[in-house]
Amino acid sequence: MEDLRKAAETNIKEYGFPVAIDEKSGALQWVDMRELHLKYIISIENIQEFFEGLRDGKLLATKCKKCGELFFPPQKDCPTCMDSDMEWFELKKEGVLETLTVIFVRPPSFSAYEPYTVAIAKLDDGVRITAWLRGDPQKVRPGQRVKIEIAKRKEGYLMYEIVPVEG
Amino acid sequence: MAVAIIGAGQTKFGTRKDVNMPELAWEAIKQAMQTANVEQKDIDFMVVGNAGMWSSEAAVPALMYEYGKFENVGSMRVEAACATGNAAIRVGYTAIESGEADVVLILGVEKMQESPNPTVIELIGRFGSYFWEFENLGLTFPGYYAIHATAYMAKYGATEEDFAKVAVKNHHYGAKNPYAQFQREIKLEQALNAPYVAWPFKLFDCSPITDGSAAVILASEEKVKEWGIEEKIWIHSQGVGTGTANLSRRESFTSLKSASYAAEVAYKKAGIDIDAPYKYIDGADVHDCFTAAEVIAYEDLRFAKRGEGVQLVREEQTYIGGRIPVNVDGGLKAKGHPIGATGVSQAVEAWKQLLSKAENGRQVDVKNGRYLAHNVGGTGHYSYVTIYGLEKPR
Repeated sequence: MEDLRKAAETNIKEYGFPVAIDEKSGALQWVDMRELHLKYIISIENIQEFFEGLRDGKLLATKCKKCGELFFPPQKDCPTCMDSDMEWFELKKEGVLETLTVIFVRPPSFSAYEPYTVAIAKLDDGVRITAWLRGDPQKVRPGQRVKIEIAKRKEGYLMYEIVPVEG
Repeated sequence: MAVAIIGAGQTKFGTRKDVNMPELAWEAIKQAMQTANVEQKDIDFMVVGNAGMWSSEAAVPALMYEYGKFENVGSMRVEAACATGNAAIRVGYTAIESGEADVVLILGVEKMQESPNPTVIELIGRFGSYFWEFENLGLTFPGYYAIHATAYMAKYGATEEDFAKVAVKNHHYGAKNPYAQFQREIKLEQALNAPYVAWPFKLFDCSPITDGSAAVILASEEKVKEWGIEEKIWIHSQGVGTGTANLSRRESFTSLKSASYAAEVAYKKAGIDIDAPYKYIDGADVHDCFTAAEVIAYEDLRFAKRGEGVQLVREEQTYIGGRIPVNVDGGLKAKGHPIGATGVSQAVEAWKQLLSKAENGRQVDVKNGRYLAHNVGGTGHYSYVTIYGLEKPR
């Protein structure tokens, strides 16, 4: 892409347009001069306790006061009761590993990381959680006990991780 | 009101730097209109399946209205991740079934290579629950399916080699399909020795980033009669299912609930025995965006019992001559996976197979006169199972 852009910049001067030839096909391409940077602003207003919980070392789910259903990731509304009367519930942070993968080809926005392991665990409280798995993915197997730990990411903010329990 | 496909067209899939969006779309539209022998004035509704984001044009229906001179036509764009093409068919099918339209043009088009690969990887990783999966965890699209693949391996003892065999089969047929992105066979070792993308998937377990378009013309039973159309296939039934955005909200990782639900709905409506559907159909296109996805599809579609899909692979039961031929067009794996075009291309394949127009070496025996298409958006976020047939549905 960088090569194409450079060629297009040169070609503006020589050819009169931001064009470049695609190496593989030999077809002439117009190299878009407009760039779009996407960054979303996402509301966490109704689940802010979850983040406060992480700061206190707690993993929180929401629980419907009426029917008792647990929601993780936490959500504001109970679709069964058509009610929004929720309370915060502290999960025990222990469970069983269900499945995992190691991401080798990373999105550019994760290029600062080495290949990372994403796993799903079922917590003893009944909900499942998707998170990075700490440690060697070759040493774990589905069915084994794991715990959830809260740790700081490279970027400096808190996030929960799945950690194998020894033995 | 029964609905028929009276025309079908598809471009070569792959790197299409030689054409822009409307030119690429027109290639397929032109073939579809010519095989159906219809003109612009005959079409009263146009549905465009286009996921977009990676390509420059967002208003594709209007762009095609302009480029193809479609006068007095209603139009819309449809998106259902990788099932976008079948979602477009769904809209046209129900529009005719309900009597709202007589003749509908369905276009599926995608120009993924207008963006560099890293951007596409970035965008496609968002086909799930953005905040809880991508923003903080960087799950990629191969990663989502890999989570299922490893669960399947752990539960049923499937191996990376089993998955690689799916790729070998699909490349075998892709080599016989002039419209396929990869028209070459691969060896098992080649697939096994390729670098990892998301464990257990290596390069050859993954469908590619593709440009391409496909189009079909749908017509009501009335129009088929009025025009005396002989060359046609019918939509016998369609099932649609939805899954949770978050994979962590799923009960199982060894099946896609939305797909098995969609299959059940489609089989019931078509009067197909849900316990042995392969006895009623001549072949199937299943959504093999990744090799393990094809194995799981065998089970969701009940071609095999739970845990026995991998057995079909080992015994080569999904080659022509086996229990049921699957992806004899190369599948998403070798034919390519231009998101919005994929589902429509499956309909084009059903058309070719049922009318015995498939190329040498990849034509199935048409005995039952029925073909199945299984198109999944995201990781079972949206599932479509469509059954096409030669005979008018009862």
